[in-house]
Amino acid sequence: MDGQRVKAWEARCIEEQPPACTAACPMHLDVRTMLDKMKSGDFVAAFAVYARFIPFPAILSRICDHPCERECRRAEAGGAIRIADLERTCVDEAYATLRRKAQMSRKPKHVAIVGAGLAGLTAAFDLAMKGTRVTVFEADAHPLERLASDFSEVLPSSAIDADLGALTPLGIEIRCRSRIVGGAGPLGLDTLMSSHDAVLLALGPGPALDFAPAVRLTDAGRVAIDADTCATSSAKVFGGGFHGAPGEVYSPIGSCHDGRRAAASIDRFLQGASLTASRPDDGATASCLYVNVAAHQPKPPVESLAPDHGYDRDEAMAEAARCFPCRCMECVKACEYLKHYGTYPKRYVRDIYNNVSIVMGLRKANRMIDSCTLCGLCDTLCPNDLAMGEVCLEARRDMVDSGHMPASHHDFALRDMAHSRSPTAAFARRQPGRAECAVAFFPGCQLSASSPWHVERVYAHLAANIPGGVGLLVDCCGAPALWSGQRALHDEVVARLRETWRGLGEPQIVTACSTCLKTLGEFLPEMKARSLWTVIDAIGWPDGARPRLAGPLAIHDPCAGRRAIDAQGAVRRLAAGLGVELRELGGAELTTCCGFGGLASFANPEVTDKIVDRRIGESADDYLTYCAMCRDNFARHGKRSIHLLDLVFPSPDGGDPAARPDPGFSLRRDNRARLKTRMLREVWGEDMADPTPEIALIVPDAVRADMERKLILVEDVARAIAEAEASGRKLMDKATGHSIATLRIDEFTCWAEYEATAPGFLLHRAWGHRMRVEAKP
Amino acid sequence: MTEASDADRPSGFADLVCGACGVPLEMGKVEASYLGQSFPVELPRCPSCGFVYVSEDLALGRMLRVEQALEDK
Repeated sequence: MDGQRVKAWEARCIEEQPPACTAACPMHLDVRTMLDKMKSGDFVAAFAVYARFIPFPAILSRICDHPCERECRRAEAGGAIRIADLERTCVDEAYATLRRKAQMSRKPKHVAIVGAGLAGLTAAFDLAMKGTRVTVFEADAHPLERLASDFSEVLPSSAIDADLGALTPLGIEIRCRSRIVGGAGPLGLDTLMSSHDAVLLALGPGPALDFAPAVRLTDAGRVAIDADTCATSSAKVFGGGFHGAPGEVYSPIGSCHDGRRAAASIDRFLQGASLTASRPDDGATASCLYVNVAAHQPKPPVESLAPDHGYDRDEAMAEAARCFPCRCMECVKACEYLKHYGTYPKRYVRDIYNNVSIVMGLRKANRMIDSCTLCGLCDTLCPNDLAMGEVCLEARRDMVDSGHMPASHHDFALRDMAHSRSPTAAFARRQPGRAECAVAFFPGCQLSASSPWHVERVYAHLAANIPGGVGLLVDCCGAPALWSGQRALHDEVVARLRETWRGLGEPQIVTACSTCLKTLGEFLPEMKARSLWTVIDAIGWPDGARPRLAGPLAIHDPCAGRRAIDAQGAVRRLAAGLGVELRELGGAELTTCCGFGGLASFANPEVTDKIVDRRIGESADDYLTYCAMCRDNFARHGKRSIHLLDLVFPSPDGGDPAARPDPGFSLRRDNRARLKTRMLREVWGEDMADPTPEIALIVPDAVRADMERKLILVEDVARAIAEAEASGRKLMDKATGHSIATLRIDEFTCWAEYEATAPGFLLHRAWGHRMRVEAKP
Repeated sequence: MTEASDADRPSGFADLVCGACGVPLEMGKVEASYLGQSFPVELPRCPSCGFVYVSEDLALGRMLRVEQALEDK
């Protein structure tokens, strides 16, 4: 996989983008996590989150200007979360648990900070936490004196004392009544510069003319400071703090961030690192995290019963619980596959890339890569169109090309594809007695396998109603090869299909299968493939009796037809024309896979069972589908489902169409083979005999169902028994009288336990494995 | 495969007789191989013709896990 492409995929997933509150906070407080802890009543954990970002929790919880609340997305559904009130309750509840420990000193560096305002003290805090020795020089009698005065109504001195007291254990020395002036005196800037490794001028409002020429000043007489790095004209002097410039509004949290940014630069300077390299954008930003606000019911803020005292614990928990929280996860919420592996696409893309790039060790994501149905729902929902199917398919191709695709994941499905392309099942004919072939019906290998009578009846209808000759092309479109990442095999399928089509006279293809429609459209556009449903919408149904329906039908669109709008419309018109009361299942665009897509059910039936179970649980109505595989998969999971063709061409046995069972893989093969012999014999008058089984084999329903789960074919078991009986190479169980036969078929060893009975061999069970076992001579 | 747990041990072969040779199966050395890796294991086999028996428990238990581990290597 191309690394640049992987990065582009990762960048499309915005799940890791900060929510609006965090992005708006210059200190990037993780409000979402803090509220998550608080809603469960864990105020200590919530406070630990708060104190990790905020240097002075007691002070800031009372005076912060809270840009977070202005951006809160809850505002669109009942009112912004009252983060300010929650922070205060959190601090009141858990401040006593504040524990901070500075790093052990790496290098004995000493930094002087001029100004004990919020900016200067935040810088002092950050540097001290990194193990730097810090001395703060303050001109006033007390640190934070201006803050105490400006916020005297809301900021009790106890809060200031608590936060300042917490600085002492960090080793920060604060010298008050120590006004720093220019020049070389005892409190001169030149002296500080020569006796310290770096100096931060975190000054209050007003000119700083004293400090020229040690540092360059602006026209207004302020220290000239680089906005991104806080650097001044002197390498070891940095600047920050509130300038009081015209238009500048004082922000306590902004002041803290000012100090934090300066401290980060000073730390880089002390380490000899670049002030600008790999420096993420800091400060307040806009969030690009997508949030489906409409999915949340409006809910007004919790009102405190004692507004002067803020929220109590219970009120705070209730208010914190109003946080959605902001996440995208649109694809994960809708997809059982993405949900199954417990994270989100950005991480999946990285896991997948690591999996295919690994040189030694286990490739732990193989099954995850092969469990995607490639259905396209995620990119339909993703705000940035990230298609996990594209990522997984690319990875599968890599795995095949490098020889690391687990053989067991796709072998059975590819054997099934080989069968549907084999002379046993595939054939192509022009209309009997017609030299021209304007159109060819391409039923798709699953309709032929599931309900072969539909192929016969539809072909007869098309041949009778479309001028110019209607051929029949029973073959595979190559989707299994495509989905398995087998590019060479897929190319071969496409090439052979093209030749067969040319042999028919290059007719327009009419297909009953949405997957065929999609893949032929993409890889064989010259066929101008068209949906059967749009054709029948134009020519109508044949006359005849229709099965009676007991109630409404919920329509399920196949995932491959998610974008086939013409077919979707035609199917709905056709169903309505047949008197069906149709109900939607969220619409065609948001349809889900039946589990067959991407061959996912062969690699991970646990995941595809979840997908199907979720889908069939969406409505109690019987389902109407127009994909044979969707219908059969729903039927296998116990959902009553009808194929659109069942409404016009009921099964020859006359049974309830919605109760038609899934034929299973073994019968699917028989159906394909019998369809070919029957149609060639009856429609084209060719001399064909139905396939005859090698032995009479009786397979009880429970055994057959078990074999379906194990992906073991009845015909393979029959071959094993036939060979065992012919050669005598078998085991006998003295206790039960049963025989045990085995046969290696390609890369699979099949076992069968059976018993000879009067009507035939009764199969008791079958199992298999891929490993070879041979006795040593 | 040599560290099979009780649940994975070949079971129910005491009554099995080789159909071709007419002798009971015995535990014996067998070579198992998959994806180019091979290793010796002890499995029930016919002492005469070498017909090896892989029980369903073994095939769907430890053997399957080893197959999957080798496929993910």
